[in-house]
Amino acid sequence: MKNIVKHRVFWPAVALVALLMLNAIARPSFLSITVQDGELYGSLISLLRNSAPLMLVALGMTIVIATRGIDLSVGAVMAVSGAVALTIIADSPTPEAPGTIATAVAVAVVVTLIAGAWNGFLVAVLGIQPIIATLVLMLAGRGIALLITNGEITTVNSAPYKFMSQGYLLGFPFAFFVSIAAIVIVVLVQRRTALGMLTEAVGINPEASRLAGVRSRGIIWGAYAASGLLAGFAGILYSSNIMAADSNAAGNLIELDAILAVVLGGTSLMGGKFSIAGTVIGVFTIQTLKSTIVFLGVPSPVTPVFMAAVVIVVVAVQSPLLRRTALRAVGSIRGSNSNTTEVAK
Amino acid sequence: MDSAVPPLVEVSGATVRFGAETALSSVDFRMFPGEVHSLMGENGAGKSTLIKALTGALPLDAGEVRLNGVPVRFRSPHDAQQAGIRTVYQEIDLLPNLSVAENIMLGREPRRFGAIDWKRVRSEATVALADLGLDIDPASQLGTHSLAVQQLVAIARALSTEVKVLVLDEPTSSLDLDEVAELFRVIRELKQRGVAILFVSHFLDQVYEICDRITVLRSGSLVGEYKIQELLRIDLVQKMLGRSPGEIATRAPAAPTEKKSQTVLSGAGLTVRPGIANATIELVEGEVLGLAGLLGSGRTELARALTAVDRLDGGTLLVTATGGSPRTPREAIFHRVVYSPENRRTDGIIDRLSVEENIGLALQAQYGVFRRIPRARMRELAASWVEALGIRPADLSRPAGQLSGGNQQKVMLARLLALAPRVLVLDEPTRGIDVGAKVDVQNLVGELADSGLSVVFISAELEEVLRVGHRVAILRDGAIVDTLPSDGLTVDSLLALVAKPDENAE
Repeated sequence: MKNIVKHRVFWPAVALVALLMLNAIARPSFLSITVQDGELYGSLISLLRNSAPLMLVALGMTIVIATRGIDLSVGAVMAVSGAVALTIIADSPTPEAPGTIATAVAVAVVVTLIAGAWNGFLVAVLGIQPIIATLVLMLAGRGIALLITNGEITTVNSAPYKFMSQGYLLGFPFAFFVSIAAIVIVVLVQRRTALGMLTEAVGINPEASRLAGVRSRGIIWGAYAASGLLAGFAGILYSSNIMAADSNAAGNLIELDAILAVVLGGTSLMGGKFSIAGTVIGVFTIQTLKSTIVFLGVPSPVTPVFMAAVVIVVVAVQSPLLRRTALRAVGSIRGSNSNTTEVAK
Repeated sequence: MDSAVPPLVEVSGATVRFGAETALSSVDFRMFPGEVHSLMGENGAGKSTLIKALTGALPLDAGEVRLNGVPVRFRSPHDAQQAGIRTVYQEIDLLPNLSVAENIMLGREPRRFGAIDWKRVRSEATVALADLGLDIDPASQLGTHSLAVQQLVAIARALSTEVKVLVLDEPTSSLDLDEVAELFRVIRELKQRGVAILFVSHFLDQVYEICDRITVLRSGSLVGEYKIQELLRIDLVQKMLGRSPGEIATRAPAAPTEKKSQTVLSGAGLTVRPGIANATIELVEGEVLGLAGLLGSGRTELARALTAVDRLDGGTLLVTATGGSPRTPREAIFHRVVYSPENRRTDGIIDRLSVEENIGLALQAQYGVFRRIPRARMRELAASWVEALGIRPADLSRPAGQLSGGNQQKVMLARLLALAPRVLVLDEPTRGIDVGAKVDVQNLVGELADSGLSVVFISAELEEVLRVGHRVAILRDGAIVDTLPSDGLTVDSLLALVAKPDENAE
């Protein structure tokens, strides 16, 4: 029991479960899942589908944060990705052909991989502070996306492209499988190889890691490249959902949600130890919160206030200091009793 | 100073727990006015914990602190300062970019019409400095002064309020002999004023020179309180270690292995500006080469140049055995030339990784990302080193940052030895660690050399350099002026060589 409580994702999981239970109590329909034509529908299923872009971005953000960095450009990179993919499809004579889609997706993610590598170059090679280095692309990225689409919102009609965010496979939304695949690949790459441990070492103490012979530069560079690549896939899912490349709306403020998801999952912004499981829980927590806000009918101007209030509660529950203070308050009541017994002896 | 005078500070039954572990177990401790008291114990004995509890940095789980007979409870270091307990920490916690006067008066600047009265800041700071006999310009920037002066400024800062108790944690570790004498003069003056002083140091000589009373701790418990004249040094060491002196006898230096005098590492004309200029060094198989030099002579710079941590501005480094000239630490490790840095905390240990990961880190880095060392093998490897070097606590999953200094040093050594090195460059491997661990490290170095490893051993303690080294290279102003067998040297003759003015060098 004690080991479970001590596990790093225990408190994040408690927060998520509590949020889910609140929803289930407030609206019993929350838990209901219906089957139509072998496809599952319901609030929980929507949650799985809608969380996919944030999941991809937050996974990349976790790795970057583990290196003691941050990637503010993910939203803009999503916009670039959607712009590239939809421009290719729109210019193609065969927008429905799988080959066209494959080309569009491949080119888009290669472009975002390069964008991520650019961030990595600025941070790892030139030594620019991550927040500034990625701010460059955060500001420039949407401009680049608008250049690609000639300043318009490119729209397309392509069933296979639409399938990626809205289609179903084996009863579940296809986007959910994209999430799963990304989680599995990131976990395998980080934990089955030595990359995870070396990334943590670099994040905790870059100089000591260098002296121990760790290729810090390559590891940091790789983290930003991975973040760019994952944001690229997130951009594809986003544009597939609305079938348009909206350079201003795509991934707007998603960097903040992603950072929040990472932190809610128990990974420190100080870098070092990271938890993929924690980030997954963090993403679901944020997505559930968003759906709760819609359900409660919180007027949209006050949504940020509501969101902030809940986030404060969730973070406070996870704060070791707060928990310790609470424990000590309980302990001091008990402690004063035991003191009196000692005196009696 | 008899028990007729009531103690100024009295701590009774002090207990501090970190989770399941008890760092301090029911310790009694007292300090008298006008007395210098020393707290002795190995690393991890609970000295820092007791100091922190006394100065309000850590809450007591049980027990109480009495000041002038009145029970007090400090919730923060600020509370303790208000009560007249001031602390000067080992790492100087001043702001190097501000002036000396600003540092002394920081946080309690005299005000006039709501704005800081700079005139009075300077005049009060001047008085505080004069009290310590420190003749420096209060308007000068703190960072431009030597560490010793900064240390004294830190003390001036602690003193310029109503101080009753002054805690000095390792105040002399960065001072030279003259500066220590100056500090002691100040301490004696404070004694006259009736201040109770807690002097914590690893240097037994200094403890015996300045202290009146000693409290010994071991593994978080009180061993006893003694008057200095009633406790022989050998007894003190025994009480600290809990073993008899025979068991900690140092190993005699092995005979220099003349026969297999094959060079393994050579540096010619090594230059790294501004630290070393044109240093030439040769390291032979199976020898321990001591490096002796004053602070600023380029000891650390040379060590970093030898292990390719810093890029060379000139000269060549050659690992003779492999014919390689490494340019990065990674390449040096590939040629099995490894470095244990002077500053373990910032350049060595990865504090939030476990002991196991810290030990395996360099080996894993050599294997590369894709050849992951299986978990079981990593554990086995780490466990065998923990066992061989006596790392305590022997808990592989504990974050290495929680270990005491001596054990962190051993973890560093384990990381390097796991690489099966040919050349081991140790920069101050025994600084800030206790007697027991120090002897362990010195003996280990001897054994490693016997088994064919070459070691460069750097220490500010000349006695140690002589004891461990087969040969001693003397470093002055960034160049090696001479290399001598340690047999023919004494601490005094070595000191003379090290401190000789440069014009006589050629």
